[in-house]
Amino acid sequence: MTDLTEQLPEGEAPNLRARALGFWRLFARNRPAVLGLAILIGVIVLAAIAPIIYPDNPFSLAGRPMSPPFGEWIFGTDTLGRDVMAGIAHGARTSLMIGLVATVVAVVFGTLMGALAGYYGGWIDDLLMRITEVFQTIPSFVFAILLVAIMSPSIQSIIIAIAVVSWPALARLVRGEFLSMKNREFVQASVVMGVPDWKIILIQILPNCLSPVIVAGSLLVATAILIESGLSFLGLGDPNVMSWGFQVGAGRTVLRRAWWICTFPGVAILLTVLAINLVGEGLNDALNPRLRERKG
Amino acid sequence: MTAPLVDIRNLHVALPDGADRPYAVEDLSMTLNAGEIVCVVGESGSGKSLTARAMMGLLPEPRVRASAGQIIFGGRDLLQLPKHERRLLCGEQLSMIFQEPMTALNPLMTVGRQIEEVLIVHTSLSAAERMERVLALLAEVHLPDPPRIAASYPHQLSGGQRQRAMIAMALIMDPKVLVADEPTTALDVTTQAQILKLIRELQHLHGTGVMFITHDFGVVAEVADRILVMQHGKVVETGTADQILNRPEAPYTRALIRAIPSLTPRSRTPIEGVPILKVEDLDKTYRQSGLLAKGREVHAAKDVSFTLKRGETIGIVGESGSGKSTVARMIVRLLQPDGGRIDLHGIDLAPLSKRQLKPHRRRVQMVFQDPYASLNPRRKIGEIICEGPVANGVPKSKAMARARELLGLVGLKPEVAERFPHEFSGGQRQRIGLARALAMDPEVLVADEPVSALDVSVQAQVLELLAEIRDRLGLSVVFITHDLRVAAQVCDTIVVMSKGEVVEHGTLAEVFADPKHAYTRELLASIPGKDWQIPELAEAGAV
Repeated sequence: MTDLTEQLPEGEAPNLRARALGFWRLFARNRPAVLGLAILIGVIVLAAIAPIIYPDNPFSLAGRPMSPPFGEWIFGTDTLGRDVMAGIAHGARTSLMIGLVATVVAVVFGTLMGALAGYYGGWIDDLLMRITEVFQTIPSFVFAILLVAIMSPSIQSIIIAIAVVSWPALARLVRGEFLSMKNREFVQASVVMGVPDWKIILIQILPNCLSPVIVAGSLLVATAILIESGLSFLGLGDPNVMSWGFQVGAGRTVLRRAWWICTFPGVAILLTVLAINLVGEGLNDALNPRLRERKG
Repeated sequence: MTAPLVDIRNLHVALPDGADRPYAVEDLSMTLNAGEIVCVVGESGSGKSLTARAMMGLLPEPRVRASAGQIIFGGRDLLQLPKHERRLLCGEQLSMIFQEPMTALNPLMTVGRQIEEVLIVHTSLSAAERMERVLALLAEVHLPDPPRIAASYPHQLSGGQRQRAMIAMALIMDPKVLVADEPTTALDVTTQAQILKLIRELQHLHGTGVMFITHDFGVVAEVADRILVMQHGKVVETGTADQILNRPEAPYTRALIRAIPSLTPRSRTPIEGVPILKVEDLDKTYRQSGLLAKGREVHAAKDVSFTLKRGETIGIVGESGSGKSTVARMIVRLLQPDGGRIDLHGIDLAPLSKRQLKPHRRRVQMVFQDPYASLNPRRKIGEIICEGPVANGVPKSKAMARARELLGLVGLKPEVAERFPHEFSGGQRQRIGLARALAMDPEVLVADEPVSALDVSVQAQVLELLAEIRDRLGLSVVFITHDLRVAAQVCDTIVVMSKGEVVEHGTLAEVFADPKHAYTRELLASIPGKDWQIPELAEAGAV
């Protein structure tokens, strides 16, 4: 009867390290994602060491205005004689910080709204989704400009503006996940056992929805950096903080005489956003392996 | 005797590296003659479906491929044919019916157009001739009003009608060989009986050779001329239907046949206990509400009443859409009944609010159908079982100790509490689901199709366990099932439901021996393999 009696699975439950390794292998199968991760790490390192390699205020004058790149200053100086590279290094801090904080705020708030709407349904769902729709009908960048203009430009107001325009997409995503999860039998089993709702939401459903949230969140960081750059470009950035968008804006009038002032910060934005998108793709592949197999 | 229609010789289907075995199908040889039905039987993972797919050239290559052997058809080896020639052959001389007609048909094309498509590809008939053929064939598969069916989209047809349309599509070119991969598994038992009859009839009429893939020995007994039993990718036994069904040789076949629940009701002493659960006039209507449009109403349950005594098992039997699951869900209050009483020891659970219900939740617990969806993949087994007791105020350490004890009770090692659900097979997961329900110390267990997703051998073990635990703990069970064989083995009384209403209610023996309602009679007559007396097989010592 050996064939009919069920045998216990052999082997130990995979420990954390083995699981991390397995996850890395899945992630590393997507080569562009590894490249993206390398660029991203480069940007993070640059942001981390910015105060060490450029201890001076990036707004301070470094030398002759509009010095061409690859001379005394690797990326030249701008119209007021500020070192472009120092601006990029310090701007990386601003961009990453704003991108991360705004995303965290948007993810937490969006997840909360989506979870409540998806789990409870009915009038709660209707109410929350109508609110979400109000936010979604306003073009996000225009809305962000409006918010910053009302609140007066500062790091806080920019973060709030970005979070406010970003959460609705996450709320919809999480709501969809919750809708499909709440009818799963393991969730129903918890209901039958009288487990309180908050526990079901937090312990049973949320961990099973995290993969798409992580992926969407990572892509949101890229969008947040873009919005921040756009706001700074329009002069709505925090006047006391160096940022890539501000640099591009400052060099825009002299683009034909001093191309480097706009170009290098622009390339920094491009590379960072690209890298984050690639990493997001890689995370998507690694967290939803079945999806990838279907593709290839 | 003439040469066989299809001659499969030493077929090997290789699995990708890292799979649990090197070959999905290993050294399979079989023949198929014109005008006969060969059933390939096996449990999940036996390689039966991949055999069918190898024949049709539908293997998910290159990851899974036919690595050795021959499939000779019309003097040529199908595995060596160039792709385009093989494709032409498929549909014209070889064709296939799939398990799930809803996914096998294109939802955006009318049924008639899809069948016609085959004719466009393979023939040069004019549009009028094609339509004539399509309509003639739809009539041949006994679809009512062929012109209307031809103009319908798949979602407008019932499951049985879709499967008939699929069969029409498969037969339009009058193929020599028909491969049917579990063609009736997704269908209700009465529809299944009709489709099996249809396949037999058409196969007789056209002299088609049919390779019929199934896991269900009842279906085998209905249709098979010859049988091939597979296990782990290998053929364990072949022979005529009579040989295999009545005098099986191989230990595996014997064990499989022994595991089939018999239709003869198991005699249990009548339950004399006190009524514990009284369900009275339970109602549930689903309303599709739109903002502007008037909603559609479906009566999922209408005036459902029954009484459950202590220690008794009541079976709620019916086909899909009969409302049996709705009733189960109302009893555990996953659904709010629209009307009626759920009287548990004199307390009516039906109108209670969530908060009022909480102290009573414990007493009615549920075992779910899908062993893969019913356990949270991210939590350890121990945590899963403890969750309910902890939420009801039992200290964690005490709940954990109880969980280990329960795992022992359901036949698993206590150590598995530290593992995750994905490490377990379907049957083991169902045991864990049972342990989870038992952790609440329930008085009534509601089991919603607890074995329908399991292989027959595992099914027998889980049913046995359920009966044993019921008797040991004095539980009362509401057992939802579509399978009358299973019902015959575990239930004391039976409630037959159809379209939301109870059509018959009585003890198991009464209902089986003397069904009163026409629907019950039809249900009983549709059980596949009902005329086959399952042989009494001694449990061989060497097995």
